[in-house]
Formats: sequence, structure tokens, C-alpha cells
Amino acid sequence: MGTTASQLGKDSLSEYQELTFLTKQEILLAHKRFTELQNRDERNHPNATRVPMEKILTLPELKSNPFRKRICHVFSTSEAKDGSLTFEDFLDLLSAFSDSATLEIKSHYAFRIFDFDDDGTLDCGDLEKLVNCLTGETDDTRLTSDEMRQLISNILEESDIDKDGTVNLSEFQHVISRSPDFVSSFKIVL
Amino acid sequence: MGGFLVLPQAIYPPELHKNREPFTGLELLTGAGYFSDTLMYYGYYSNYTLRSHMNNCTENNLPSSAKWECESKYPSYNMPLAYFFTIGMAFFITCIILVYSMSKSFGQSFRIDKSHGMLAMKAFCSWDFKVVKKSSVKLMSENIYTQLKELLAEVNQRHNKNTALQKLWRLMVHSLAWTICIAGTTGCVIAIYFSSDYVHKQRAGNVSRGSLKEASLLALPVLVSLINLLLPGLFNLAAWMEEYNSPSVRTYVAISRNLMLKVSVLGVLCYLWLSRVAYNSDSDIYIKTSSQCWESFVGQELYRFLIIDFIFTLLNTLFGELLWRIFSDKVLKHKRKPGFDIAKNVLDLIYGQTLAWLGVLFTPLLPAVQVLKLLLLFYIKKSSVMMNCQAPRRPYRVSQMTTIFITLLCFPSFLGASVCVTYTMWSINPSESCGPFRGRKTMFQAGKHWIEELEKENPHLSLLARAHTYLVENPFFMFVGAAIALIVIYFQSQVVDGQRKIITLLQEQIENVGKDKKFLITRLQSMHEQKRAPKQSLASQDSGC
Repeated sequence: MGTTASQLGKDSLSEYQELTFLTKQEILLAHKRFTELQNRDERNHPNATRVPMEKILTLPELKSNPFRKRICHVFSTSEAKDGSLTFEDFLDLLSAFSDSATLEIKSHYAFRIFDFDDDGTLDCGDLEKLVNCLTGETDDTRLTSDEMRQLISNILEESDIDKDGTVNLSEFQHVISRSPDFVSSFKIVL
Repeated sequence: MGGFLVLPQAIYPPELHKNREPFTGLELLTGAGYFSDTLMYYGYYSNYTLRSHMNNCTENNLPSSAKWECESKYPSYNMPLAYFFTIGMAFFITCIILVYSMSKSFGQSFRIDKSHGMLAMKAFCSWDFKVVKKSSVKLMSENIYTQLKELLAEVNQRHNKNTALQKLWRLMVHSLAWTICIAGTTGCVIAIYFSSDYVHKQRAGNVSRGSLKEASLLALPVLVSLINLLLPGLFNLAAWMEEYNSPSVRTYVAISRNLMLKVSVLGVLCYLWLSRVAYNSDSDIYIKTSSQCWESFVGQELYRFLIIDFIFTLLNTLFGELLWRIFSDKVLKHKRKPGFDIAKNVLDLIYGQTLAWLGVLFTPLLPAVQVLKLLLLFYIKKSSVMMNCQAPRRPYRVSQMTTIFITLLCFPSFLGASVCVTYTMWSINPSESCGPFRGRKTMFQAGKHWIEELEKENPHLSLLARAHTYLVENPFFMFVGAAIALIVIYFQSQVVDGQRKIITLLQEQIENVGKDKKFLITRLQSMHEQKRAPKQSLASQDSGC
């Protein structure tokens, strides 16, 4: 009588467990939450259909995160580049943000998330958008343009080793390696 | 410590002293009275070799050789030797542990490359993705905004240059503040010196025993703890007057001032105990009035200091921080709660630990008291911090501070305590009437005596005895050992220097490679343009014809 949500097959479960850093319970919980976001008729094929970005952004873990749109764009595999996610994309997301992911994986994805124009390096525009996201959307917590310029030039001075005006992946990873709590702060748990 | 010293002595107690005083509650504080004849203090420990079943051997009239055989069958325990070696081993093990942890934390915090890269790290790593609630997100954003602004202001300050007049003014203000601090410290030291004189004269004059007399023993510790509490407040006022620009410099200055205070307080106390109490053994008022041995007296003093320090810290935590928070909330109307002064608390802990190390020789149970005190203090401080204080807004360089604190623990504190203890063992006469070393010239003699006895009993071990004489007693060996350690340290520092130079060279190389790449790519492009341009002109000529 009541419609039950489609269960995850046992071999799919073990396959996902092997391919990601997630445990069995985390995968099952992710499946449950993902199918809740889908429409009724889509629920039988969670892998085939994409959930649009607006629905993903209603998840409480992502709702208030200033980087939510970038996260969706980075993990999305859709050709239309609209940030929609399949279930496997969603698992990828959770795997990168999980407890057991390595520092390399996390710093790689962090770099892609902070690269707002998707050109493979963090230049001044990317850094400015990053700082604005960090300090908040309201006006009274924004830095003035003078301070912003100075901040960006200081950041580049500290992290740009080859002095080309941008921060590439290796330089980013070099800065991250000096911070002891990056791994614990780059985490999302459902 | 407990296994080697306390247990054997507890099993074979020596003869009890004749007038043992009854237990009153004051003993927990003063440590004198009932406690003075117990395991806690040095005076209780016997100076002969403990043997079990001693009665069996001395009952019959055996010839001396048989007696020796009889005695050697049962387990025996040479108390003075055990005391001496246990204390020595304890210090040695502590030394090794300290040096190891210091080198580890030094390695972690000593960044070979530039260590002022805080801004980039702040920008890239400070966002916590686990935060879900909107209000917490807003709070975190504001926090990051404040931190970035402060860091920027700090960086700006470094670039500003003062005029000559401003520099002179700042120099005057700094020297005034330092003069105030040094004068305060000297004043307190003199106060301690004269008040200890006064207290002991009072005790000598007043012959009657009573609980007031016992309580007067507490006067000196209370004075010292008050000084430790109030003088850092004076230092804070002086620092506030000076208006330091960068917070790290302010922290270092505060630490050095507090350190200076504590070192001078401990120095004057050690001087008082070791020189006055120990040496004037014949005509001294201290020994006449209290018929105890001076080591037990010093042990009791240290115990009292530890306990009073604990009580004062408790009171300060419970009432001081609570009251300060209420005061700053209602009267001053600050929006933030007071910050937790990490430097002051760590220095207090180091001070307590130095007292414990000094007291190990005289009071073998003092480490147990110290452990208990630390456990209690930890839980009380934890709940107080949760309730009354807030986290500092500036990013606290944990690893560098840890290195500094461990170095402070090792160098002035542990080194000073071990120097005092070694001096005591080496050259001061133990008292005649109590303790495991009574009757000898110095405590060190116990070790020598054992080696001599060993040589007498077993001629094969004479090599060991001779080695011991040459190695340990010869100061030349110590100098050689110290020289080797210094050479190793010098080599390591040169290696680190060399690595730093290599890193700068490599960074320059990376820069140059980047420039080379750009140059070559532009050349390649221009060459391609040139190649294409004549081809095109040729083609157009062809088609034109």
C-alpha cells in the first residue's frame, strides 16, 4: 500500500564503498537523503536522473554555506554545467568532504571550489570573490577596496612562489600543508 | 619513587620519636606537627641497611662469617644508597623526557621557511564547512572579518616608520615601564628576605606551642603567593601604559617580566633555605627551637608553599575570574568576556613544578601531592574557562608558544632545581640526627661508601670501582661530555642554516624558471608570427601575379 523508497542493491553498496571514502552507513544515509530530494516518479532510478541545483541547495548542510553554488558546480558532471547532481555525484561530494579523505583530495577539491572562474589558477578576481564569501554577504562586514587590494597583494606575496601573479595548485597545497586543522574544517557530515 | 623508597620504609618503620604530636586539622596546611614524623619527610628514612628477618640472624651467637652468610641469604635493602640513586635516576629520567619533548616541539614549530605567512593560511583554511546554522555562519563570518582586519593592521604597522622624536618618546616610556617592573620585583624580594627573618625571630621568642605558632609557619608562603598574584597585575598595567603595537611582542615581554619575578622569588627562597638553615647548625635559632632536622624543615616549607599556592590559585580562579567577568559586564559594559591569560597560567604551573622538583630530595611524597594538585586544578580551571572567558580573537601560534613554554620548563626551571639539588647533595652537611644520610659528611658519600664496600667484598669489581672514581668524580669527564653536547648542537644549527639558504636559492630558481618560460614562449610566438607573415606575403604575391 505505501510506496517504499527503492533500496540500494547490495553489490552497488559494496561497489560504492570501494570507490569512495564513505562507510556503509554513510552511503545508506546519503541514499535516503538523496531520494527524499527527488520527485516520486524519479525515485526508482536514482542513478539516472539529476537533481537540479536548487533542490540540492535546500539541504540544511549546504543551505547557509557561502560556497554552496561552487560546490555544486565542481561536483556536477552534467554537460549543461548547471550544477545538477546525480546520486553518484552526490556520493563524490560526500566522499571528498568525509572524515577519511586524504589531505591531497581535500586540497584538490578546495582549490577547484575556490577557483571561481574555472581557469585552473587563483588570480586576483578569484581571491577577491573568496574573501567576500568568507567575510559575509552583508555590507557591514565587507572589506573596503583599499583593504581588499592590500589583502590580495599580501596573500599573493606569501603564497605565489613563481611570481606569476596567480596561485596554482602546488602553491595552494603548500600553504594548506602548513595549517594543522584544514583537514578537520573541510568536512561535511549528513 | 614510591616503589623504591616509600614501600620498603613503610614495611620496616624505624623506632618512633618520643614526643609525637597529635593530629590536628592544621597539619594538612602546614605539613608540620604530626606529619613531620611520617613517611612524607626526609627525617623518617633510616640510614642503615634494612634487612628482613634480621632477628633470625642476630638471635644465636654465630661466628661473624656465618653471620654474614646468614644475613646475605635474606633480602636486604641499603636505604641510603637507594635514596640517593632513586633521586638521581628520577632527575635523570625527567631530564631525558624534557629534552626529548623539547626537541620534538622545536622541530614542529621551527619552520625553516618564512613564518609570517598567516594571511594566506587564514584566507584558505579558516572556513569551517561543518557549520550549519545560519546564525553560526554569520558569527564565523564576522570573526573572520575581524581577524583579517587585525592581521592587515598588524602588517601595516610594520611598514610605518616613526620619526626620531616619537622613537625617543617610546624609548622613555619603555624604560619607565621596565624600571617600575624591576623596582617592584626587587622590593618584593627584599620584603620576602626580611619577613622570613622576622617570622623566625617571632617563633624563636614565643616558646609556648599552640596552633597559632603552627599557623605562623604559613605566613611566608602566603606572602609569596600574594606577590605572585598581585605583581603580574602591576606588569599588565605597565604594559597597557606602553601600548605595544604587535600582540606577540606584548606576550613575550609579559612572559619575560613574569619569569624574572618568579626566578628572583625562587632564588631568594633557595638562598634562605640552603645557606641559612643548613649551615648554621650549631648556634642557630631555627634548630634550637624546632628539634627537627633541617631537611625535614625545608621539605615542610616546600610542602606549605605548594599547598598555599594551590589554595590561592583556586581562590583566584573561583572568585577572581568570576568577579572580573561580572565587573566588566555590569560596570565597564564590555561586550566581550575577559580573555584567558595563557602566559600567566602556564608560568604558574611551571613555578609549581619547580617547587615540586626542589622538594623531591627532601620530601619523597611531594610528587604525589603535586599530581593530585594538578588534577584538581585542571578540572577547576576547565570549568572556569568555559564559564567565564572567551577565546582570544587573534590566532594563537600554538606550536611556537608550546616550544617556548617547554624551553622555559626545561631551562630555568628544571636546570635550576637540579643545580640546587646537586649542590645540596655535593657539599652541604646532612643533619646529624635524622634521615638516611646521617653521620656522613655529604650525601654523595653514600655512593662512594657503597663502592668502597663493594671493592672490599669482591675484588673482581675493583675495575668498576676504579672506573667510577675516575669517571664520575673527575670533573674533566663532565667538561668533555658538555663539550661534546655543545659541538653536536653547533653542527645541527649549521645544518639548519644551510637548509634555509638552499630553500631561498631554490625559490629564486623557481622564479627565474618562470621568467625564462615566459620569455621563451613570447619568442616562440614572435618567431611563428614572423614565419607566417612572409609566407602570407609570398602567397598573396603568388595569387597576385
